[in-house]
Amino acid sequence: MTLIEPRKHGDASDGSLGSRLSRLDGRRKITGSATYALEQPVENLVHAVLVQSTIASGRVVSVDKAAAEALPGVLMVLTPDKVFNMMVASDWFGNRVENVPYLPLPAEVNYYGQAVAAVIAETFEQARDAARLVKVHYEETPAVTVIDQGGSGTVTAPMTVEWGDAQAAFDTADITIEAEYRTPREYHVPIEPHGLIASWQDDQLTIWEPSQWTHGMARTYAEWFEIPFENVRIISPFIGGGFGSKGGAYFYGAVAALAARELARPVKLAVTRSQGFTAYGGRASTRQTLKLGASADGVLQAVIHRGANETSTYADFHEGTGAATPIMYAVNNFSSQQGLIKVNTVTPGALRAPGKNPSAYGIECAIDELSYAVGIDPLEIRLRNYADHDYQSGKPWSTRKLREALLAGAERFGWSNRSAAPRSMRDGRTLIGWGIGCGTFPNLTNSSDAMIRILSDGSVEVESAGIDMGQGTYTIVAQTAADALGVSVDRVDVKLGDSVSAGAPVAGGSMLAGSITGAVHKAAQAAREELIGLALNAPNSPFSTSGANTLVIENGRIKTSREDSPSMSIGELMAMLGREKLEVKRDTLPEGTTREEQQKAFTHMSKVRGPTAGEFSIHSWGAHFIEVRVDEDFGTVRVSRIVSAFDCGRLYNPKLAESQLRGGIIMGIGQALLEEGLVDARNGRVVNNNLGDYLVPTNADVPPIEILSVGEPDFEASVLGGKGVGEVGIVGVAPAIANAVFHATGKRVRDLPITLEKLI
Amino acid sequence: MKNFEFSRATSLSDASLRTQEAGVLLMAGGTSLVDLAKCGVTEPDMVVDITRLGGLDQIEVSERGATLGALSRMAAVADHAGIKAEFPAIAQSLSLAASQQLRNMATIAGNLMQRTRCAYFRDPGAFPACNKRQPGSGCSALGGVTRNHAVLGTSRECIASYPGDLAVALLAFDATIETTDRRIPIGEFFLEPGETPHLETLLRPGEIITAIVVPASAAAHRSTYLKVRDRQSYEFAAASAAVGLQLEDDGRTIRDLRVALGGVATVPWRASRVEQALIGQVLDEGTVRQASLLAVEGAVAHGDNHYKIDLVPRVVTRAILTLGGLA
Ligand SMILES: Cc1cc2nc3c(=O)[nH]c(=O)nc-3n(C[C@H](O)[C@H](O)[C@H](O)COP(=O)(O)OP(=O)(O)OC[C@H]3O[C@@H](n4cnc5c(N)ncnc54)[C@H](O)[C@@H]3O)c2cc1C
Ligand code: SF4
Repeated sequence: MTLIEPRKHGDASDGSLGSRLSRLDGRRKITGSATYALEQPVENLVHAVLVQSTIASGRVVSVDKAAAEALPGVLMVLTPDKVFNMMVASDWFGNRVENVPYLPLPAEVNYYGQAVAAVIAETFEQARDAARLVKVHYEETPAVTVIDQGGSGTVTAPMTVEWGDAQAAFDTADITIEAEYRTPREYHVPIEPHGLIASWQDDQLTIWEPSQWTHGMARTYAEWFEIPFENVRIISPFIGGGFGSKGGAYFYGAVAALAARELARPVKLAVTRSQGFTAYGGRASTRQTLKLGASADGVLQAVIHRGANETSTYADFHEGTGAATPIMYAVNNFSSQQGLIKVNTVTPGALRAPGKNPSAYGIECAIDELSYAVGIDPLEIRLRNYADHDYQSGKPWSTRKLREALLAGAERFGWSNRSAAPRSMRDGRTLIGWGIGCGTFPNLTNSSDAMIRILSDGSVEVESAGIDMGQGTYTIVAQTAADALGVSVDRVDVKLGDSVSAGAPVAGGSMLAGSITGAVHKAAQAAREELIGLALNAPNSPFSTSGANTLVIENGRIKTSREDSPSMSIGELMAMLGREKLEVKRDTLPEGTTREEQQKAFTHMSKVRGPTAGEFSIHSWGAHFIEVRVDEDFGTVRVSRIVSAFDCGRLYNPKLAESQLRGGIIMGIGQALLEEGLVDARNGRVVNNNLGDYLVPTNADVPPIEILSVGEPDFEASVLGGKGVGEVGIVGVAPAIANAVFHATGKRVRDLPITLEKLI
Repeated sequence: MKNFEFSRATSLSDASLRTQEAGVLLMAGGTSLVDLAKCGVTEPDMVVDITRLGGLDQIEVSERGATLGALSRMAAVADHAGIKAEFPAIAQSLSLAASQQLRNMATIAGNLMQRTRCAYFRDPGAFPACNKRQPGSGCSALGGVTRNHAVLGTSRECIASYPGDLAVALLAFDATIETTDRRIPIGEFFLEPGETPHLETLLRPGEIITAIVVPASAAAHRSTYLKVRDRQSYEFAAASAAVGLQLEDDGRTIRDLRVALGGVATVPWRASRVEQALIGQVLDEGTVRQASLLAVEGAVAHGDNHYKIDLVPRVVTRAILTLGGLA
């Protein structure tokens, strides 16, 4: 068992990378000097407020806006009947239907709370008041408002995964279990709500908007308005949480930019907390049935999985409930299908560990159910069915230290002291239960570009369009550059979140850290080489007589490797050369990539390499050991202890990685016990669309969480050996809690969240 | 939210006079009023802030009981040593309510006057029908999401639960509400919805709560507030009970018992039947468990909230047994 602590791994880790440096942006955030998008001081600003539909399905027949327009300060009311010259943008993968006009406020109403108009006024209050006076007339059509009304759905054939003969193996298995698991709609509720300020200067568009992907969003705005990519600038230095919800530009961004262009004034549009439940999609509600067949001693013979998720009536979003199922265990007969059920909702979106999360909930509960059916320990059944390679792709794992995670976690947690029978551990009227849940997330890779700038005083600037939404990019980028250059971290200033900077992929799918550090490392190494070359060859070089043909840079000083070497600081070298700055830009794209292809790599997902793109199958892994205390009379569940062990490869900064994993685990507690979008089936309204009623964990709900790291550098996964950290933390938490609740109470709750009425 | 004027009262009578006018509302901590204004439920033309009036935030505890100034902050009462010693249930009802930030801001009179958390009541844009907001318009909650609605004291017109915690503890210990005009026993202060769910308390326009007086009692001294909810903190009660217990000198026979319920009824709810059934009885688990069932006599579920009918007797039982040292 290895506790996360400063460790040295691999070649670049002999300095700051790998150390527990605190977040470099932390102080600014805590003291309030970090400026978020909507706080930008922009002159001459006007305000937009959205008007939302009050029906779930139908069309806008007419909009009566006279009363709104008559209010003082009102500048414009945008309605569906006003068509502007905008074009539909390409999707994430770069597919674009040409010449289709884009209507950010369509007349077709597909869900309750869809924006059908927007009011722009001099002040926010004027816009808000006027928005209330906009009268929308609808023609209503029947709606399907909740997944249960939507029938069995349609199977998405390409998502089907089959090998062996699952049905036959299931039919002849000694022991079988079959169960249905359900998850409700869940929401990101980042503490910084969405919104933007849009401003035009001629045909240049500047957008201050929280963004997980400045390049992708800039591309979308450029396509909407048919202007060159270079004409759009997305500025997003600080983000108050995204969890997947800030990866794209949404209709309201188009509304604000459109209004700004029409009025020739900057427009601010704030999406309110309650609008945030329909302005973009949360996690789709899902259901899945799992049938497991095993031999009498608990060796899996068959896994049959049938899952479905809700999507909207106008677009398909797959929350792949079979995403983790095929890779968790060794099994020779497997079948999985995923369907879609159309519901009148905003199209669901990616929320922390999309697919893997509900998928792990299903398989990890099912394997637990099987362990009881067979009569062996939940830890033992996982070890007995350990997958020594990826059964789905047939490829070897690059690294899979899930066994180590299970053993280390069990040891630390004291799993061997568990008494096997449900309801056998108690403290007065409190039932105690222990559960395990494993998690995984695929290693997605993409290229990055990075700019290193050595300034005249020897300090270093690193620039990237990549972003930091709290996950620690600023810090690990500084650590990477400092190490590769041979300077201390405090000499490095990192500038992120500006689409005019060197390109980077989305901060999503846990792919940014591995990608951006690769490019920064490469650029910084090149900058070091250049500095060394300049130092050797400068006219008055102190090294010209030393006979050295290379130099080292340590702690900002350039010297030979000899003890008695002369030395000079980088700043002194710059002064000697009379240089203001030295810029080095490097990307990790394949040699010879064209400009156009490069642009695609950063603005689309089409260049993302999946976990099995190469010879290996590459994933992050985790195992959660969770104790719950359930009040026998009240059914209230409190999580009292968590030990989670992960294999995320090399950790660039264990403190920040630990903190990300912990954040995911806390979100998992919410998912298991509290979070649920409650929809009024009569009209499709999410009735708990606020933070008073949509419950997320408070500090009091979070027990001590111990994080163990069992990973080793995986150079198949990334340049510097790390695998993804951001998403895997949440995966497996909900099943671990559900399994612990079963162990405590003997009740199997198969629909999340596990609220008290399900246990009394 | 509609724009409104803000003004400060110069005296109680000034506040009283001005708030007799339609559209003029009293404001204390503002945590509930501003919230409802943002939801579009309350649309004042003017608010009159009374928090600068002196002398209304005293907390006094004597042998006879406690007098709590109407403007005492929730946090001040929750942390008051005398209240914690003599009225533990009252202190706990406050410290388990809302969040620390809200408790620092909110007053106890404002707390009593807070309105239901019925999601339909709070969402006039989406759900125009609400008898409490608009008499005669109907009740959107019926047939909707009703997990937090009341099972006791409901009517065909309204099933909204009273969400506050403090009033429940005050009801158990027979507090009196002092206003600018009169003294009102708390048991009469709150009105069940009946056919007029828009009428929630006995307060008349311009009438202002000045203090809350709670008589001392052995039961109050030995009391507890038990609040059950999914989230450990910062959530309204799924069910709560304020209970006070006094035993005879034999240490086992119940001399006095007070039981009031929160989160399950349209008003703070006194479970008198439970009290009557147990006073004079020997305290033991079986008896208490049996008698606690009387707490939900007459309860009616509306869909999602049926669990409350099972939950309430368990909460009452646990609270009594805890006080009696049996849990
Ligand atoms: C997210 C959230 C969670 C909460 N959780 C809980 C909880 O768990 N338990 C709980 O009990 N409460 C809870 N509350 C409610 C909170 O306690 C109340 O908002 C607060 O107590 C109101 O006090 P105030 O002084 O701010 O009242 P204000 O908002 O100023 O006033 C509320 C109402 O009372 C009237 N009023 C105020 N003072 C007087 C007076 N002296 N005489 C006559 N009328 C008066 C006002 O006119 C107004 O109608 C919660 C609130 C929020 C926002
Ligand atoms: S329960 Fe009462 S408050 Fe809620 S909608 Fe019905 S009438 Fe209105």
